[in-house]
Amino acid sequence: MKAFLHSRLVWPVGFLILLIIINSVARPEFVKVTMRDGELYGALITILRQSAPLMLVALGMTIVIATRGIDLSVGAIMAVSGAVALTIIAESDSPGAVSTVLIAVIVAILVSMVLGAWNGLLVSVFGIQPIIATLVLMLAGRGAALLITKGEITTVNSDPLAFIASGYLSVLPFAFFISVAAIVAIALVERRTALGMLTESVGINPEASRLAGVRSRGIIWGAYIASGAFAGIAGIIYASNIKAADANAAGEFIELYAILAVVLGGTSLMGGKFSIAGTVIGVFIIKTLESTILFLGIPSAQKPTFFGAVVMVVVIIQSPRMRAWMRKGKDGVLNTLIRRSAASKQAEEVAS
Amino acid sequence: MTSQLSFEQPSRYAALRRVSQKALVRHSAMLPTLAAVVILFLLFIGAEILLKGDFVTPRTMSALLLDNAYLLVLAVGMTFVILTAGIDLSVGSVMAFTGILGAKMLADGLPAFIAIPAMLLGGAAIGLLIGILVQYFQVQPFIASLAGLFLGRGLTFVVSQKSIRVEDSATLWLQSTRFRFGDWYITPTGIIALLTVAVAAFVLHFTRFGRTIYAIGGNEQSAKLMGLRVGSATVTAYVISGLCGGLAGLLLTAYSSSGYPRNGIGTELDAIAAVVIGGTLLTGGRGYVVGSMVGVFVYGTIKTIISFMGAEQAWMKIIIGALLLLFILVQRVIVARSGAKS
Repeated sequence: MKAFLHSRLVWPVGFLILLIIINSVARPEFVKVTMRDGELYGALITILRQSAPLMLVALGMTIVIATRGIDLSVGAIMAVSGAVALTIIAESDSPGAVSTVLIAVIVAILVSMVLGAWNGLLVSVFGIQPIIATLVLMLAGRGAALLITKGEITTVNSDPLAFIASGYLSVLPFAFFISVAAIVAIALVERRTALGMLTESVGINPEASRLAGVRSRGIIWGAYIASGAFAGIAGIIYASNIKAADANAAGEFIELYAILAVVLGGTSLMGGKFSIAGTVIGVFIIKTLESTILFLGIPSAQKPTFFGAVVMVVVIIQSPRMRAWMRKGKDGVLNTLIRRSAASKQAEEVAS
Repeated sequence: MTSQLSFEQPSRYAALRRVSQKALVRHSAMLPTLAAVVILFLLFIGAEILLKGDFVTPRTMSALLLDNAYLLVLAVGMTFVILTAGIDLSVGSVMAFTGILGAKMLADGLPAFIAIPAMLLGGAAIGLLIGILVQYFQVQPFIASLAGLFLGRGLTFVVSQKSIRVEDSATLWLQSTRFRFGDWYITPTGIIALLTVAVAAFVLHFTRFGRTIYAIGGNEQSAKLMGLRVGSATVTAYVISGLCGGLAGLLLTAYSSSGYPRNGIGTELDAIAAVVIGGTLLTGGRGYVVGSMVGVFVYGTIKTIISFMGAEQAWMKIIIGALLLLFILVQRVIVARSGAKS
């Protein structure tokens, strides 16, 4: 089992290392980390800092995808969360106080969890297909965020808020610690308890796990609430970074990047087995790639082409057909045999 | 004689009931689409009451087709893909890419008979790429078409970063010509959109390829075992969707008489929503292209009503989200009821 998981992570890890090597050969300053006033700076540190929102969203997405779902509304939830938090801070008497920011953050996360619970209600109780159920909130959420900010971009001047995205805790950015805390929390909850296994069983076969006595409804519901909460925190980090709540631009396309990170990390969109480590690596691949594109001087509007091309190469390399080719040559019969044996092996694992 | 009649009648009723029940079971796939038609009529009636008889006029109805011609074409292509249990997220950016490609070629002085086929081919090429990824490399449709989305959007900005005006007479003719029937009118773009629906409906219901598409969505494994050409049909579905993206690019360019690189962001979701409202199931194998047309009209009607009422952008988004939810819930209730009966 461990070896199997290992082999699945080989490609993403290899690709990430390749990216880092290419970058450090092309521009040696990429790997250079400098110490200034007891704080570390450098391209790698910037990647760690800027990856926090995507990391949080992608972690939540991993759990949702493991239950055979998908959450398209994360970008909209980010917008709502940022709008709620900044409106509270802007309208308070002391926007610079730590307590104000703390209250704003907690309220914003609670609102995000309610939105996540709404998604979960539609999916697990009403049985609506996840892609459509979350599309509802994706469309309506941004409208709600616009209503909260009254159609404007709310800006605030608050040091505790700015600290969330750009502050440092000892030598590393605070945002990076948020990522680490989220990774550790989700790894502990999913892997040190039975919840992870139950989540996978719901994703692999909802009907069978229901018959086996797994409370799939609660597990699916919980996954969407977690995704909502993580998106809410991501929204606060985003708002803190630009010191403003922008209902239209916050988290735009982040659902697509998050899904991409999950898939690059080896978790199938068909649900079931998921890899938290894989998602973490997927996020770093995306962020390193973005940094590379920036370095190459490609106009940011044309960035998606490059991205699309890289995604195609990566998914082709990861595809079963390509793996089979590499292993056994271009034999169609062998191909199907490998696929069949893999399927039966999986079935055995499920049975055991 | 009379006794014979009275003897016969109940059995005739029973037969009728049996037939109708059989029809209900056999055509249960049609129910969501019928529901969409009913909802469209209710919307019309509601808007008519709300706007005091100012809605169902030849002018608004004609404009409904005109304004949504591009979305209609996209929804037709999307229906093919969704029927195979796939999804195509790339259509919005394919439409933007082909639109700006055509506008650029026309602005560079190339004639329309070269620019228009180039737009269609450009769309089909991206569709082919996605189809090959899905079929031969077993990439999940969501991810493969996501790569197509990124690729198309980036290519759009490679062609031009700015809006390009179109002054080609042939392209503008598509939009500015109005064939009038009394107060009603239809533009060539509207005719192209309706023809696309008609051709797609014919292909899906009266050709071997169409039946293969339904079979793949029903059960791909069985379709393979039946000896159907699953591989080529799946790829063709994505090519058709790409081709429709190219055609929609042409219609949108004619409609706005310009190409703009930020066109069509999020349009893929509009198209998917329209297809779903029209009663096609995302799990594949069930649904109708005519239903998607109804779905587009429902979508367009809602937008028209909201803009008639002068609501702001924020409320527009919330109302569309809420109505989408309402449709899905209504459909679920209807399908569940019919399922319980049969």
